[in-house]
Amino acid sequence: MGKRVLVIEDEPNISEAVSFFLSRDGWNVFTHSKGNDALETVAHRAPDVLILDVMLPGRSGMEILRDLRADSRWQKLPVIMLTARGHSRDRAEAEAAGASKFMTKPFSNAEILEAVRALAPQ
Amino acid sequence: MARDQLTGTRIRERRVTLGIKQGTLASDAGISASYLNLIEHNRRRIGGKLLVEIARLLDVEPAVLAEGAEAQLVSDLRAAAQDLDVVAIMPTAKTPPAETDRTVEFAGRFPGWAALTVAQAQQLAKLEHTVAALTERLTHDPQLASALHEVLSTATAIRSTATILVEDRDISPEWLARFHRNINEEAARLSESSTELVRYLEAEADTGPLTPHDEVERFMASQGHRIASIEEGEAPEAVVSTAQGMSSQTARDFLLRYLKRYARDARRLPLKDLEAFLCDLGPEPDAISARADVPLDTVLHRLTHCSGQEALGLVLTDASGTVYYRKPINSFSLPQGGPATMLWPVFAVLSSPGQPLRRRVSQVGRRDLEFDCFAAAAPSGPVGFDAPPRLEATALIRAAPTTSDGADVWPVALV
Repeated sequence: MGKRVLVIEDEPNISEAVSFFLSRDGWNVFTHSKGNDALETVAHRAPDVLILDVMLPGRSGMEILRDLRADSRWQKLPVIMLTARGHSRDRAEAEAAGASKFMTKPFSNAEILEAVRALAPQ
Repeated sequence: MARDQLTGTRIRERRVTLGIKQGTLASDAGISASYLNLIEHNRRRIGGKLLVEIARLLDVEPAVLAEGAEAQLVSDLRAAAQDLDVVAIMPTAKTPPAETDRTVEFAGRFPGWAALTVAQAQQLAKLEHTVAALTERLTHDPQLASALHEVLSTATAIRSTATILVEDRDISPEWLARFHRNINEEAARLSESSTELVRYLEAEADTGPLTPHDEVERFMASQGHRIASIEEGEAPEAVVSTAQGMSSQTARDFLLRYLKRYARDARRLPLKDLEAFLCDLGPEPDAISARADVPLDTVLHRLTHCSGQEALGLVLTDASGTVYYRKPINSFSLPQGGPATMLWPVFAVLSSPGQPLRRRVSQVGRRDLEFDCFAAAAPSGPVGFDAPPRLEATALIRAAPTTSDGADVWPVALV
């Protein structure tokens, strides 16, 4: 079984598509749709890469990322932030919070795949 | 291949469309089937009387067969190829540039796909223009940001799923059906959200009630701000399903959110009980709250449903101060669907949920008109040990019975 990718995204059809093409590429993919218990899910799944949407019900992806980086277990976890807002200040905020990669919607499957492969070589 | 060299292709397409056998057409035109076959595969040029005769048999103008109906299509395709920088759009896809030297052939052989490509390019140009115009407003308008987020989310789902369908050749029938269903769902959603976005943008220049918030407000006004079926215990979902004037899913979602709050408060404080308390205690929210033993925010809300209280205004916001429902009041401008200004009393109560607030207020520029604003914040649903409460603020506004000297009047502004 390949390395683990956790996708935290509240849009089910995006989540399903990302999960599908990453699985086809050999990744072991888990999905989650809520922000408020995202930290528990990360702890439970212990992913090698986290794909994290910014706008989530319950809690924003930025807040989740800051909490992850404050936890010694997840300081080096590669995190790809997804957002529909591509403002430079959003990008700067994500980078300041510790994002490994920042992608704006609508992204291409190839971009995601390339980023995941680069962040966690199989 | 030049456009006029595709005459045979067009003859074949027209013949097949009409359901005429190749042998039959050849016989009627006075040529052999094998010769027509060569013509149809563009291996023999055709013109003159034979072209006129075949066009007559196929019930089409000879020029359409000779020149094709795709001249405009070819022009639009070339424009699309010039406008779209594929490398910039998909920098990692290693996509070669469009084969512009074969545009005529593409349009002639695949007119449907070519038209789709042009339509997508034109739609993309429109969206780019819209996005550019919105960029500045996006920062300041949460309702607009939400609408745009919806459009981009659906576009993402469609793009990602469509890519899978195009690139993955070994997809199982189950996944195929699933992804087709997903695209269908998202396409419907995109259609609605983009239409709603355009309507929202156009609403600024229109005095009509066009935004989802306006639709909810108009619906509630048409009901006299009181829904008899909710008072009788009907499910909010049932009311929303039959509500008139809700032209979008967002409007229905806003209405459902409000009606859930309405149903909760109606269960806590039935109308007949509230009206009895009003008779005994007068329109004093805190006294009614204490007597009825229900939260103050429920009383503030329910007062707007009582007979004789039609002149009361109401604003409901989420924890960020963003208004999700409002009942207008004469001579006092309430905030639209976006965030209420920091000067509103709702912010004071959101920062101290246990402490309600009563303030005499007047609007900037209308100091002669004073209003009493009663505000309270409370959790909007169940609370848990490990999660922060999701607060809502409720503000009731009514015309002040008397005018003060202005010393303790809060000035409130919408911007």
